[in-house]
Amino acid sequence: MSVKKSVIPFSGTEEQEKLLHGIIEQHRHQAGALMPVLQKAQELYGYLPIEVQNMIADGLKVPKSQVYGVVSFYAQFTLNPKGRNQIQICLGTACYVKGAGNLLDRLSDKLGIAPGGITPDGKFSLDECRCFGACGLAPVVIVNGEVYGRLKSDDIDGILGKYE
Amino acid sequence: MISLDQLKEINHTMQGIMAVRRIGEEMIGEAKANGDESSIQILICGDTGCESSGSDKVLDALRQQIEEKKLEKEVTIIRTGCQGLCSMGPVMTVCPGGAFYTQIKVKDVPEIVEEHILKGNVVKRLLYHEMQMDDGILPLKNTGFFKKQYAIALRNCGVINPEDIKEYIGTGGYLALGKVLTEMSPDDVIQTLLDSGLRGRGGAGFPTGNKWKFAKANAADQKFVCCNADEGDPGAFMDRAVLEGDPHVVLEAMAIAGYTIGSSQGYIYVRTEYPTAVKKLNLAIDEAREMGLLGKNIMGTGFDFDIELRLGSGAFVCGEETALMRSIEGERGEPRPRPPFPAVKGLFDKPTILNNVETMSNIPQIILNGPEWFSSIGTEKSKGTKVFALGGKITNTGLIEVPMGTTLRDIVEEIGGGVPNGKKFKAAQTGGPSGGCIPAEHADTPIDYDNLVAIGSMMGSGGFIVMDEDTCMVDISKFFLQFMVDESCGKCTPCRVGTRRLYEMLDSITKGEATLEDLEKMEKLCMDIKSNSLCGLGQTAPNPVISTLRYFRDEYIAHVVDKKCPAGVCKNLITYSIDAETCIGCTKCAKNCPTNAIDGELKKAHVINTDKCIKCGTCYDVCPVNAVRRG
Repeated sequence: MSVKKSVIPFSGTEEQEKLLHGIIEQHRHQAGALMPVLQKAQELYGYLPIEVQNMIADGLKVPKSQVYGVVSFYAQFTLNPKGRNQIQICLGTACYVKGAGNLLDRLSDKLGIAPGGITPDGKFSLDECRCFGACGLAPVVIVNGEVYGRLKSDDIDGILGKYE
Repeated sequence: MISLDQLKEINHTMQGIMAVRRIGEEMIGEAKANGDESSIQILICGDTGCESSGSDKVLDALRQQIEEKKLEKEVTIIRTGCQGLCSMGPVMTVCPGGAFYTQIKVKDVPEIVEEHILKGNVVKRLLYHEMQMDDGILPLKNTGFFKKQYAIALRNCGVINPEDIKEYIGTGGYLALGKVLTEMSPDDVIQTLLDSGLRGRGGAGFPTGNKWKFAKANAADQKFVCCNADEGDPGAFMDRAVLEGDPHVVLEAMAIAGYTIGSSQGYIYVRTEYPTAVKKLNLAIDEAREMGLLGKNIMGTGFDFDIELRLGSGAFVCGEETALMRSIEGERGEPRPRPPFPAVKGLFDKPTILNNVETMSNIPQIILNGPEWFSSIGTEKSKGTKVFALGGKITNTGLIEVPMGTTLRDIVEEIGGGVPNGKKFKAAQTGGPSGGCIPAEHADTPIDYDNLVAIGSMMGSGGFIVMDEDTCMVDISKFFLQFMVDESCGKCTPCRVGTRRLYEMLDSITKGEATLEDLEKMEKLCMDIKSNSLCGLGQTAPNPVISTLRYFRDEYIAHVVDKKCPAGVCKNLITYSIDAETCIGCTKCAKNCPTNAIDGELKKAHVINTDKCIKCGTCYDVCPVNAVRRG
């Protein structure tokens, strides 16, 4: 995962905070609670900024270092917010053998961001993924859950053009 | 709470409906709505592969048509798990009769309903092309893709509705648990597994019976049963297919494991990247609890067992058993040295067994059919079947299950339908990032645990990626090493630093900057990483490099000495040019070039400006007369 701290200021609402405390309360007495709480917190906020990590550390009474250690260990946790349109490119072996590397080059080039990044206007974020299990359609790109399969680099412009 | 007798009653009631779906293959084309209630069952694949090709829209259209024609009573639509042939998705099977329709579009649905459902005529044009014969229809099970397959782990995938526990019970589901709880002692179960010869399907192939025996032997106030559903091999989706298509089989096997080792709590560690699988598992757990097949006093036998889901968060190393357990404990998923083995000190420091999804899904069948049945399938030291996710440069991409001992050639040529576009089969990669490449020269080796290790690969979890002459073996090794660099947890130095150095060496080879001396250094480094790393991830990380060096050394040497990439993949070592004689001046390449690097007028030969060219290969792909040269 990207460990760079987000440049976009934290804008959590009071309501979100209340929900987060609910999640913490629900899991507090469970063995191994930290992972499920982080997963639900990321669903709630879309990412895990330091502010959210601190609330979780206080709520579960675990050191902040431990929370950060877990967040930075797993690829699914992100310290950066995602774009309005989330692009995921599959870099599983089946997709790679069928040319996903070229697709990624074209996407990065077009958007001007590396995998893990977000465009400055917040329109697109780009992430690499390992195997969606749609190997029959390789190579595959997913935008906001919509699957585009059997792609060639030339298809990229058309796909990006569909999103605002 | 349900009793064993009640369970058998459900099984009895459902058996007929389920049987129609299995025996249908013999009586092609007999299905017709004839006024009987639910005379026709349409099985439409709702697995991720088919869903991505639009099966949901086909399903909606089908439901609408059935409603419009008022056929709801005569036709049942079932959304199943994976039916296997992902490259032909969306697929559906109409039972009885077993007509297997492929690549169905929404606009095809009215024709299927009108012709097949109402009139009983198979729509030949939509039938899987291999079933279409001049003088009739070939049953699906006799087609190349299915002929050599044998389903144990996948027997219910694509056949039952994974969201209806009764359908699972109709196939004999939970009867193995019933048998174990009422007729067998824990030692009987262990002996059955030992006799069956079942070995772990997650990679290394440790005998499952022994694993359970060790855990049973250790006394403790609490023990745990864990199921590894953290399928991290990029390019493998066997476990996902079972979880989405037949989730109850995993729950049943875990309960059997619980009874055997003396545990009342199970955990399934499943990838968060599999949202559908998570949903189906949660539903299945709820259904099983509601029916009293999980929870307290199961089937009135006094046995308690429950299961909780834990989501992995995208760390390949969490497929390693000690790392997985750390992760369930809510920590960083770092492995620890063994011993103590998990059977002694595992999750929360209690004796624990961990089996992967495919291993689990074999167990109820072994209990029901006996160990002799299972051990009659396969080779001397590898019993049963193996599921592979077939992908890459192959015609029939999909999910297959074959008896151990099937050869690579059978899988690639018969089941896989060969390499497309007239290209030559070069190698198959098995075992994912920890495995190796099997070259075409070993195509007749029977595939089992020991043979694969002998030829420098491994069974792994079951990824099976086919490569053709356009695949560069150095580039593919670099791809796997990049993966390992990303996924190394960082705890031990040989893996953390070693994999990165190895990646850098491969990178310099693909750029034409390496020397022959570097190749030797690289081989030594591979051995150092292998022998000094803490866990299986590091110990196997150099495998892709070792196996490609063993079989494709020529290709490495071409990169190093000739500064050429024979497969035409490594960008720094290739140039594109246009053959003036062949070029017809259609301007297609110039129009498609992303960097405007191609000049030329209509109907005159075009030229590539190599300063501007980014070697993306677009011109090579679009040229209608093959005038673009790569070399």
